[in-house]
Amino acid sequence: MPILKRENAKTMYWEPNLETMPRAHLQALQRQRLQATLRRAMTSVYYQRMYREAGVVVDRIQGLEDLHQLPFTTKQHLREGYPFEFLTIRKDDVIRLHSSSGTTGQATVVCHNAHDLASWANLIARCMYMTGARPADVFQNMTGYGMFTGGLGFHCGAERLGMLTVPAGAGNSKRQIKFMQDFGTTIIHAIPSYALHLLSVFEEAGVDLKRDLQLKIAYLGAEPYSEHTRQRVEEGLGAKVFNSYGLSEMSGPGVAFECPEQNGMHIWEDAYLVEVLNPTTLEPMPDGEEGELVLTTLDREAMPLIRYRTRDLTSIMPGACPCGRTHKRIARIKGRSDDMFIIKGVNVFPMQVETLLMSVPEVGRNYQIILENEGPMDAMTVRVEVQHEFFRGDIQSLKALQQRITAALKGELLFTPKVALVEPDSLPKSEGKAVRVVDHRRKE
Amino acid sequence: MIAYHISVFAENRPGRLDHITGVLAQANINIRAIKISDLGEHGVVKMLVDDPDTAYRLLKQAGVLVSPKEIVAVAVEDRPGGLHAVLKVLTRQRINVEDAYGFVLNDRAVLVIEVANVAETMVLLKAAGLHLLSKEEIYAL
Repeated sequence: MPILKRENAKTMYWEPNLETMPRAHLQALQRQRLQATLRRAMTSVYYQRMYREAGVVVDRIQGLEDLHQLPFTTKQHLREGYPFEFLTIRKDDVIRLHSSSGTTGQATVVCHNAHDLASWANLIARCMYMTGARPADVFQNMTGYGMFTGGLGFHCGAERLGMLTVPAGAGNSKRQIKFMQDFGTTIIHAIPSYALHLLSVFEEAGVDLKRDLQLKIAYLGAEPYSEHTRQRVEEGLGAKVFNSYGLSEMSGPGVAFECPEQNGMHIWEDAYLVEVLNPTTLEPMPDGEEGELVLTTLDREAMPLIRYRTRDLTSIMPGACPCGRTHKRIARIKGRSDDMFIIKGVNVFPMQVETLLMSVPEVGRNYQIILENEGPMDAMTVRVEVQHEFFRGDIQSLKALQQRITAALKGELLFTPKVALVEPDSLPKSEGKAVRVVDHRRKE
Repeated sequence: MIAYHISVFAENRPGRLDHITGVLAQANINIRAIKISDLGEHGVVKMLVDDPDTAYRLLKQAGVLVSPKEIVAVAVEDRPGGLHAVLKVLTRQRINVEDAYGFVLNDRAVLVIEVANVAETMVLLKAAGLHLLSKEEIYAL
């Protein structure tokens, strides 16, 4: 029998005490942090007003079982409190803010003080360490910087961990490859569509993974992607791919992350209080059942958020994880509760379509769903853009592509949608919040 | 030397075709022949032009989905049975025609075909005594 070399608990975890804390202790920590957070929130203009109007007395909230007495915080509230009404500290003590796109309305901001940025960087370092990143690694960050929280978030987390951090930014694939070769990059972070693009550039440039590169880990996030895409990127890059979950309102990435088991994402319960609720009745869902993720920050000072409705649908995975971490795991995000539509009696999430299209390189990931009446029936058309490099100039391959996408969608949705191929750049861009679903159906 | 025509993807909605012909007209590129294949909501337009390199470059710049495709152009006698003579050879040599169109210009009839292996097809057709147009002849039509 070979003796498996296994890291001991001291080197296996970034913060062994916190990550493997017994559930009872973890809950006690949450209780204590919840109370501190509520007291702090009451010093913000927005929560003061909101709780006064709702008649909430925060001192009566003793523990997690009282949570349901607190009103929810939504994106709309963040818009109303824009830019600084949620602050619990003086604006002078804010050292960074991230703003989210305001394409569907007023923009929102999240503000941080020094403690918040340190805490956030530490959470991301914890995530990366969990997947095998160590200070000797070279981390190349291939996402956009600026307001996108994935850029600076991962950057600061990697530095916190002690890796050599290369702020390469998005795009310029030839230069990315040169950096990877010259600096001996072992870990990259990219959005999934860029990772797929990089694979084709590798092929064109004749990059030999074994000879030219030392990649071992890739983090993909910010866009949904399927298991199939994960496998393709793992094979194409010769690296392990880990799922990442975060949202700008909860600082960004670092909320939940996959461990080496690659089976669900540990959500850091010392920093976030997790609820999964039925999106209609807002009643708690039992573990294993899908609902809307509602999060409360437990370690944020400048701008705590209480019971924030993420609109993301997921479930708590029952049972303990073999990795030894006691923090709950959430399943891959299924979609957003406010995007769902019903057609032919089937609940459809645009994310299901998007995830599937990610694995079809010929059409890229821009798409539009058109819903129409067709006689007494509803019809759904998915419009996708044919990419330049895949157009061979003949009608046969277009027809085959159309049929392949139709079949794949049918397998996912269980009815047959129409697929329309359109010219590149003719659909709304994937950046920001593009309008993905156009419903022309008669309203009853 | 192998000649080519350009193949363009177009959605079946008003103004798409004139976007394409507009780009070519502005660059003073002459379209000798055109074939439109319609697949319902979209189609493929094949155009034989006098300067395919420039046409390809400009259309690509204009964001049009375009692809060059190699062709064989056979001069056909403009009389009954002219086309049949060519097709007989293609059948005999078991050459699978993927797409084809024909046109008449200044009492010359021309058959343009797309095949899997253009170079080999050209050798076979020449050996069968057919008159193939050179790249220069095609673009100068």
